[in-house]
Amino acid sequence: MALRVLVGCKRVIDYAVKVRVKPDKTGVVTDGVKHSMNPFDEIAIEEAVRLKEKKVASEVVAISCGPKQCQETLRTALAMGADRAIHVEVPEPESHTLEPLGVAKIFSKLAKDEDVGLIIVGKQAIDDDCNQTGQLTAALLDWPQATFASEITVDGDSMKVIREVDGGLETIKVNMPAVVSADLRLNEPRYATLPNIMKAKKKKIDVKTPADLGVDISPRTETLSVEDPPVRQAGSKVEDVSELVEKLKSHGFV
Amino acid sequence: MTINRVRLLSEQPSSNRDRDDSFALGLYCGKVNTPQLFPYPDALDDESKDTVKLMIDPFEKYFREVHDASQCDLDEKLPKKSIEVLKELGALGMLAPQEYGGMQLKRTQYARITEIIGSFDASISVFLGGHQAIGYKGIVLFGNEQQKQKYLPSLVTGEKIAAFCLTEPSAGSDANSILSKAVLDDDGKHYILNGSKIWISNGGIADVMTVFAQVPFKKDDSDQQSQAVTAFIVERDFGGVTSGPPEKKMGVRSSNTAAVYFDNVKIPVENVIGKVGEGFKVAMHILNEGRYAMGAAMTGAMRMFTAKTIEHANNRVQFGQHLIQYQSIQEKIAQMGLSHYAVESVTYAVSNNMDRGIKEFQVEAAISKIFGSESAWNVCDECIQILAGMGFMRENQVERFMRDIRICRIFEGTNDILRLFIALNGIQYAGKNMKELQKALQQPISNLGTLWDQGVKRSKRLIGIADSQALLEVTAPELSDCAKMITQRVEEFGATIEKLLLKHGRDIIDQQFILNRIANATIDIYSMAAVLSRASKAISSKLPTADHERLLASTFIEEGCDRVEQNLAEAITKRSLDRFDAYSSIAKEVRENEGIATTRPLRF
Repeated sequence: MALRVLVGCKRVIDYAVKVRVKPDKTGVVTDGVKHSMNPFDEIAIEEAVRLKEKKVASEVVAISCGPKQCQETLRTALAMGADRAIHVEVPEPESHTLEPLGVAKIFSKLAKDEDVGLIIVGKQAIDDDCNQTGQLTAALLDWPQATFASEITVDGDSMKVIREVDGGLETIKVNMPAVVSADLRLNEPRYATLPNIMKAKKKKIDVKTPADLGVDISPRTETLSVEDPPVRQAGSKVEDVSELVEKLKSHGFV
Repeated sequence: MTINRVRLLSEQPSSNRDRDDSFALGLYCGKVNTPQLFPYPDALDDESKDTVKLMIDPFEKYFREVHDASQCDLDEKLPKKSIEVLKELGALGMLAPQEYGGMQLKRTQYARITEIIGSFDASISVFLGGHQAIGYKGIVLFGNEQQKQKYLPSLVTGEKIAAFCLTEPSAGSDANSILSKAVLDDDGKHYILNGSKIWISNGGIADVMTVFAQVPFKKDDSDQQSQAVTAFIVERDFGGVTSGPPEKKMGVRSSNTAAVYFDNVKIPVENVIGKVGEGFKVAMHILNEGRYAMGAAMTGAMRMFTAKTIEHANNRVQFGQHLIQYQSIQEKIAQMGLSHYAVESVTYAVSNNMDRGIKEFQVEAAISKIFGSESAWNVCDECIQILAGMGFMRENQVERFMRDIRICRIFEGTNDILRLFIALNGIQYAGKNMKELQKALQQPISNLGTLWDQGVKRSKRLIGIADSQALLEVTAPELSDCAKMITQRVEEFGATIEKLLLKHGRDIIDQQFILNRIANATIDIYSMAAVLSRASKAISSKLPTADHERLLASTFIEEGCDRVEQNLAEAITKRSLDRFDAYSSIAKEVRENEGIATTRPLRF
């Protein structure tokens, strides 16, 4: 079964880094800050590679959109088992205004060009928390979508997907080609072992530009300012419910 | 005898040209050899840097999620899972050539990974280092093709574990005096090995060992028996190899350390590493090749100690203020920052130079080992001090690090021996360059007086004058004062060495009070130069941390220059030499008394 899987891998500030707002309030400090693959995208890559190991998928292609350093992210994807990668180069500062809609357009164009049967993305990126790319990609392609997946089973040309929703777990049947967004409990990503890192050096990374793909990535929103959240005020203890109600009233909350 | 000790300590005949380029050796001639340190060496190409960057996360993940260092310390054992994941990661073949399945990492790449390991668990450092940095390194460096093909593939995957077997009950620092013997069998096809080794890392679990033993032979055409240390590849499967129980240690408790016994072990002659009689050279080369890695491990550890310390100092409030507000604490934290910067600068200068192909690096590598292990010990100690009661509690893990890193000043060449090694190497080099003195050294008693007078009267020094511009030319202008200070110290250093050679001649070899001070001055000058170079590069590259690095550099260099001045004075002045005599006398009396030689205040 010649199923090609496309996986989106976003380069984000590492989850362990203490994020600092730039003095000019236009964004956060990224220079010299440790970056890594979005954790949900690692889970997406892991799932795709497992599908390949089960012989359900025939090829895993990793994609990343952004500046040159995205190739490091792609090398990690290759070290985890992706077969090849595509870097859609968007240099800084343009990369800072790249939005999910632009990325979705890129993914849908590549999906058509590369004859893709399944797209897996992380449910959201830990820098902007948009949770839009998967959904937008599906809509642009007019494909079914299965978001917040915690289990995927491919059966012929459809999949059974268990989704994590507020009420619990929802099981759906999805016809392929489709877009899936990965949630936390989908799997536990493997280590990129040193031998695989060395092997990954021989795998291909194709570089393209949004222009090559005929995609307009201009932003639809404008960031006015980025600020630290207000410092949390200390709380105070109350003796009983009536004192609580009194305080709420005096502060104008009730 | 003593002269032999000097030669034996450095069985690495690199060419004279190579030695002429060494920064550390140049000091002994009062020279500032800038090319090896300025600009700050950077040997890795972009691809190598990218590769090692990718390796950082997997290793950190291993230590955060798979390996529980404190539990392993309590259990005094490495669990199967810890070892298996390390094997999967490829951590057991990092330095071996790719054609045998290894990663063939460059030293600088290995240093960066070792930093990570050193900041999490020294037991893993010892396990991995005992296996690949010394255990099978002999095969990588000196093995022939058949040996490499036969042994490396299963060693790099960790299918077989390796160990380095040199130390014996009666032979530690004095490695050449080992008693283990390997005698050629009558059929000429096997050596029969007998002997016992102690304190062998991985000794209890190793399948393939590099074993050093004396091979007896007849000297030329005479009947005189002689023997020479030879290196062998010994498999536990050869039979006759047994190991003792795991030693109970102060630190690195989960790594296996055991005695290994060889009882009529039959070693095929093909398993000699290098040539018969070359064993000492093989051993010294292996240890020399790996020393920078200790600097790297200590660098990683110090970074972690500093982070732990500042986290505490920023949060703990006493007497109404956070600890960080107090000068006592600030001084300690500043010293941590200074130590880390200097050791890191030295370590990566050495590793990059080795990667560049520089052949003469043994003194510089020894410097990184001594400086790294002692700095880390002090930084760890101060970390515990600032954490106070909490530092003493096991749950914070710093006490484990303190116990773990104590061995670093002892193994792989005790710091005491390495200091003598540095000083004697340097003096030997300086001596060779003092052509006019060579004749005198051969007849020390008759010519010494004449030369001493001559030396005193000469306006130009016998050895040469430091080029005062050399260092200035390669230093960022913001640090030119530092460059001048260092140059001056190099001049004084060279002059002191000359005085010492004139005064003592060959006997300098036994003047350990003096040699230790010379070694300390060497360590300080080299590290100051490394720091100067790195900070200059930070300034010229306009790194965001350039200002902080400039401050670290100037502070370290000011303090270092003071220490150098002190050490050089102590090597020469009468007051200090008298004190050395006092030390000898005190030691003699303690020896005669088999302990403290005073009368108690209570008289009983």
